[in-house]
Amino acid sequence: MNLILFLIVNVVFCYMATVGFGVILNIPRRGLNECGIVGVIGWLVYVCIKDCFSSSMLANLLAAFSIGMGAMFCARFKKMPMILFNIPSLVPLVPGGQAYRAVRYFAIGKNDLALSYLVQVGMIAGSIAVGFFLAEFVSQVYFKIHGYSQQ
Amino acid sequence: MNEMKRDELAMEVVLTAGKLMIESGADMTRVDDTMYRLAKNAGIKEPRIFETTTGIMMSAPKSKLTRIEPINERSINLEVVSRVNDLSRAFQRGELSLEEVDERLNRMKTTTPFFVFPWQLLAAAIVSSTLLVMYGGSFLDFFPAFFAGGIGYAVYWYINTRFKVKFVSEFLGALVIGLCASFVVRFHLGTSMGMITIGAVMPLVPGVPLTNAVRDVLAGHILSGISRGTEALISACAIGFGIAVVLRFF
Repeated sequence: MNLILFLIVNVVFCYMATVGFGVILNIPRRGLNECGIVGVIGWLVYVCIKDCFSSSMLANLLAAFSIGMGAMFCARFKKMPMILFNIPSLVPLVPGGQAYRAVRYFAIGKNDLALSYLVQVGMIAGSIAVGFFLAEFVSQVYFKIHGYSQQ
Repeated sequence: MNEMKRDELAMEVVLTAGKLMIESGADMTRVDDTMYRLAKNAGIKEPRIFETTTGIMMSAPKSKLTRIEPINERSINLEVVSRVNDLSRAFQRGELSLEEVDERLNRMKTTTPFFVFPWQLLAAAIVSSTLLVMYGGSFLDFFPAFFAGGIGYAVYWYINTRFKVKFVSEFLGALVIGLCASFVVRFHLGTSMGMITIGAVMPLVPGVPLTNAVRDVLAGHILSGISRGTEALISACAIGFGIAVVLRFF
């Protein structure tokens, strides 16, 4: 019961957050719904992998990868540029908690702790970039095979 | 002579399209693709285009034309990116003439629909509060984050549109968010200052420059990628400084 509630809250809130970010960036209105769906898929992958394997790097990598793939399919389906679906969906993955702790320890002068959190921020950002890179690579291969048509 | 005039108009169209896209936050692969498509379909032979986030250089060796277009402001409006792209496709299919494309591009800034500020404010508040819960915050902090995120985004938006200073707006937005969170917790209206701040800062995160920096570097546009990455880094640092000031003195 608790798990179901947890999943419902996560799906609904993630959809709202992604669509909200889409509104801030002024995404065309006909793409907002798909944008929310891609965001939810990415976040569910992140939450599941983080809870099952307790590895935040792998979770970020696979979440970014699935967002990239989802954005690619939406771009082909809606005939709109890929970045419209990518950018709002990636925002929930931003390592805000670690960045906040790094800033807090810098502010109170505990530089060693702050640096360790800063390294974590860098590593998470790097794993998101690698996941993104893999998705980009797969989409390039896909376009090479199926011909570069409208996206 | 007539052909010369037409090539000049074509270059004007290509440069305006590129400028609009870069100003609105498109990635360079997309800009490159659209500009070459427009140039080829407008009949420019062997176009040569070099674009960065701060300017475009273009030459058509066959008709001895060269143009430089500086780009001074960068904002974020992804609908413009989508529309310019659609326009270039319609031109390729022959549905629009060069003069029509030119006219539509010149009107693009005023005709593109934009979510009005109240909607953006509501969206920012929703992003703040929902992300707080998703990151494992308590439901008691839902409304504090809702209001802190809204107020912070309003400050950011006001300074950005009124005074056009990029990084100061992020700094002051984050400062106001930190102050709100600290007062809310001090008066026992919320439980965790950290979670409220993390959620409320989210609408200010430079998502577009960050994503585009990675994409540009991977696509081989290293110069643009590095300049965008620097922009994102300075934005992130400005937000961090804003929060650090609050944590240090309050």
